[in-house]
Amino acid sequence: MDFGPYLFLASLEGLVTAAVLALTALGLSLVFGVMRIVNVAHGEFFMLGAVLAWWFAGLVSGSPAFGFLIALVLSPLVVGAVALLCERTVLKRIDYNPEATIVATIGLLYIIQQLALTFYGPDARPVQAPINFRIVFPWFGWSGYKLVVIGVSILLLLATWFVLTRTRLGLIMRATQYDRETAQAFAIPVDKVYAAVFAIGAMLAATAAVLIVPIQQAHYLMGLDPLLLSFIVVIIGGLGSILGTVVAALIIGLSDGIISVFFSPTLAKILATLLVAFVLVIRPQGLFGATQR
Amino acid sequence: MSVDSSPIQPTKPVAGRRSLFDKVLFVHLAALAILFLAQFVLSDYHHLTLARVMVLASFAVGYNILFGYTGLLSLGHAMFFAAGLYGAGLAATQLSFGASEAFLAGIFAGLVLSTLIGMIVLRTSGVSFMIVTMMFAQAGYLMSLYFGEFTRGDEGFVLQGDIRTAHLFGLSFDLTSPDVRYNIALALLAVCVLVCLALVRSPIGRILIAIRENEERARMLGYDTYRNKLFALVVSGTISAAAGAAYALLFAYVGATFASIQYSILPLLWVLLGGVGTVLGPILGTLLMFYLVDITSEYTSAYMLAVGVALIALVLFFPKGIIGTLRDKGLKWLP
Repeated sequence: MDFGPYLFLASLEGLVTAAVLALTALGLSLVFGVMRIVNVAHGEFFMLGAVLAWWFAGLVSGSPAFGFLIALVLSPLVVGAVALLCERTVLKRIDYNPEATIVATIGLLYIIQQLALTFYGPDARPVQAPINFRIVFPWFGWSGYKLVVIGVSILLLLATWFVLTRTRLGLIMRATQYDRETAQAFAIPVDKVYAAVFAIGAMLAATAAVLIVPIQQAHYLMGLDPLLLSFIVVIIGGLGSILGTVVAALIIGLSDGIISVFFSPTLAKILATLLVAFVLVIRPQGLFGATQR
Repeated sequence: MSVDSSPIQPTKPVAGRRSLFDKVLFVHLAALAILFLAQFVLSDYHHLTLARVMVLASFAVGYNILFGYTGLLSLGHAMFFAAGLYGAGLAATQLSFGASEAFLAGIFAGLVLSTLIGMIVLRTSGVSFMIVTMMFAQAGYLMSLYFGEFTRGDEGFVLQGDIRTAHLFGLSFDLTSPDVRYNIALALLAVCVLVCLALVRSPIGRILIAIRENEERARMLGYDTYRNKLFALVVSGTISAAAGAAYALLFAYVGATFASIQYSILPLLWVLLGGVGTVLGPILGTLLMFYLVDITSEYTSAYMLAVGVALIALVLFFPKGIIGTLRDKGLKWLP
């Protein structure tokens, strides 16, 4: 294969990574933007989504598409419920103190990981893709399902953007993000907004995980990479900015795909991390972020 | 955690009025003496465990200088521990250094790394600081895998042969002997504790505490907060590296696990359990947590659950840790 088609393949793979990464990072960014906390257990919600997808898909026999659709609906809902439980029992009680939240979510990370290891086991397990066709390019064939992943991610990103900018719920969330006290004074139930945002953030990660699980198997340690990549995306894109998150996910996803194909995935991650260092040196608030008030 | 609310402890006797019988120094020396005497009564198993705990406690003491006294929560101290570990281990295997030289090489690696990293990460603060330190540590971990030719990645390598004997001032120490190992670990811990104690009771220590309580105010009073924070980070990173180098040389194993994120979280947990911003807290925290994990892993493999539950329970019910709570309950003079 020549260099051109090779680069094309690398870019396509990069786009899949970028699509899933954008969804996961958007969840993290939303939680940070509105609640001003960092959820270190975000990657574990991703892992939980994938593991539950395997479980739900195994419940129904028959066509893989049906099982996958059930997983796509139910798995994020269950993960959202788990996130809601964590938020109500732990985060609310420490009053969203930024440092205590980080420590507490690290605790959640260990607990969720251990429960997954105990009940799901140390094996990596696949979920069958709902559709099974190959797109044949002149140089190579490519799984059509990956195109579905990109499409669904774009739809979900647009939906999130629509909810945030065009609906009453989005307005309430943005008001809370802008100024918590004033929002409270205008009778916005800040407490409920926090709970909802935390659950939605986890659900976005879980959806991304269900989408990726037919390509990448479900495993109890799979949460760390998406977490670190999401941190990178959110820092480069600017905390709390949707556009920044999507653009940064594209940059990181594509470069990760291309460097992984030509060099090694480990090198790609090292370079991404160092890129963040440089962004922070030049623009501490991220490429698209506004300076904090 | 306790960082914003608690007032600066009025702990210090004014210089010059310090009596011969220094209560604070006495308590810390007594704690070290207990550790020294413990080796004569412990069984072989606990003897070895305690040697390990003391090296890891030195790591926690180093971590606490940055987290407890300067108020900077780093999620990347594994990189400094690993810098010492690999600095010593690779100097021994690749450059055939002797044990004492390898130990110094490890400390030097930590000193250089913490200075460089500090100059970058201190451009950020608060939550960004935590994320950025975590990511640099992850880059360090990935590098230890990427250069697998030398480091042998996850599998790690074992130190053997001449490196197991340390030569110092014309004396030889057999590092495979449990007694020598125990006392070297204790000596390291003693040095770290005394350095930490001296630091927090010095004028610089008070500036660091002022930065922890209110950085803007410290800056307004004319202190160069950046330089002081960098100093704290370098001291903290170098002590962590010394612990890493000692770990490599005493227990003869160097592996990428020690660079992983887990080893950034553990010192945080130990410090939180023992007491944030106390000199003895990290030692107590390391000891208790090590045995908690040790005992739970006898009954179940689910030791991560113990770590997770401990972290959450600490922030929910016990944010000041054991020694921090004791200090609130009346022992106000504890530094």
